[in-house]
Amino acid sequence: MADRPVPIVEKRLLDVKLGELVTWIGGRDATPNGIFAALRRGHDRYYNKYINVKKGGIGGIAMLLVGYVAISYLWEYDHIKHDRWRKYH
Amino acid sequence: MLSRLVFVSANALKGSGPLGAGLVQASRSLHTSSQNLAPVPPLPEKGGKVRHGIFPEELFQLLYPKTGVTGPYMLGTGLLIYMLSKEIYVINHETFAALSIGSVIVYGVKKFGPSVAAFADKLNEEKVAKAQEVKDAALASLTQAVEQEKKEQWRAEGRTLLFDAKKNNVAMLLETNYRERLHMVTNEVKRRLDYQIALQDLHRRMEQEHMINWVEKSVIGSITPQQEKESIAKCISDLKVLAKSTKATV
Repeated sequence: MADRPVPIVEKRLLDVKLGELVTWIGGRDATPNGIFAALRRGHDRYYNKYINVKKGGIGGIAMLLVGYVAISYLWEYDHIKHDRWRKYH
Repeated sequence: MLSRLVFVSANALKGSGPLGAGLVQASRSLHTSSQNLAPVPPLPEKGGKVRHGIFPEELFQLLYPKTGVTGPYMLGTGLLIYMLSKEIYVINHETFAALSIGSVIVYGVKKFGPSVAAFADKLNEEKVAKAQEVKDAALASLTQAVEQEKKEQWRAEGRTLLFDAKKNNVAMLLETNYRERLHMVTNEVKRRLDYQIALQDLHRRMEQEHMINWVEKSVIGSITPQQEKESIAKCISDLKVLAKSTKATV
């Protein structure tokens, strides 16, 4: 299955070889439009895999909620640090 | 199963409002593959597999070759213990809140999950059935329209036969009319000729009669009384001779 050679920048992240990583990052579209497009792609992938199905399960939203909880804990960490039980770990 | 309700409501959202329309159009414009599927493919039956509700199955599959079945669980336990011991995850009042809420949620999902899922499925089924009905009705009416159209075409073909029959009728009418008039003409001509013949006959007859009358009159006029007496006497003598001859034979 050798297709025509694909330019490095258009490969998916998991297909990029280690040496090409820098070129890949440099070549990605970082304009606001590009960022929106990337967000849209990510949203579509998640949506079509877990939510836009006939018999979806709890996983679709549960993963989103767990992610939300995790990110909010992360953002509050500097404040939560003061509730620690021990000073030295 | 909650995602099913989200799906139902997301669908409702999609249909309504400019945002929904924008979402739909944006996703349509990103079909950069060369295959543009005109009949939209049906939705996949089941979503991506998720274990314990929050861990996608891909993680387990990723670790399976190297660490077998218990690998991810060991990873999870190790991470948890690390975070607790280094107090990256701090146990405070929120931990207890999270535990209580979490247990209630898990209990609720386990208990009421299937029934809510069935309900959402039923809603979806009804929607699909309604759409299917509309589609079937439209199909039926269209096929009927096609059939009627075909029948009309067949009828239009038969119109040539109708034309021919009418043409024949008209031709026959014309013919009959012509013949009637022909008859009338012959009758009239015959009548006039008969009249002429009758006229000539009458002439001849009158001339004949007139001539006969004139001849008779002139003959009778020319018989003098003396000739009359002589002829009567001759007749009487002839009769006597005859009577004698007959008496002899009897």
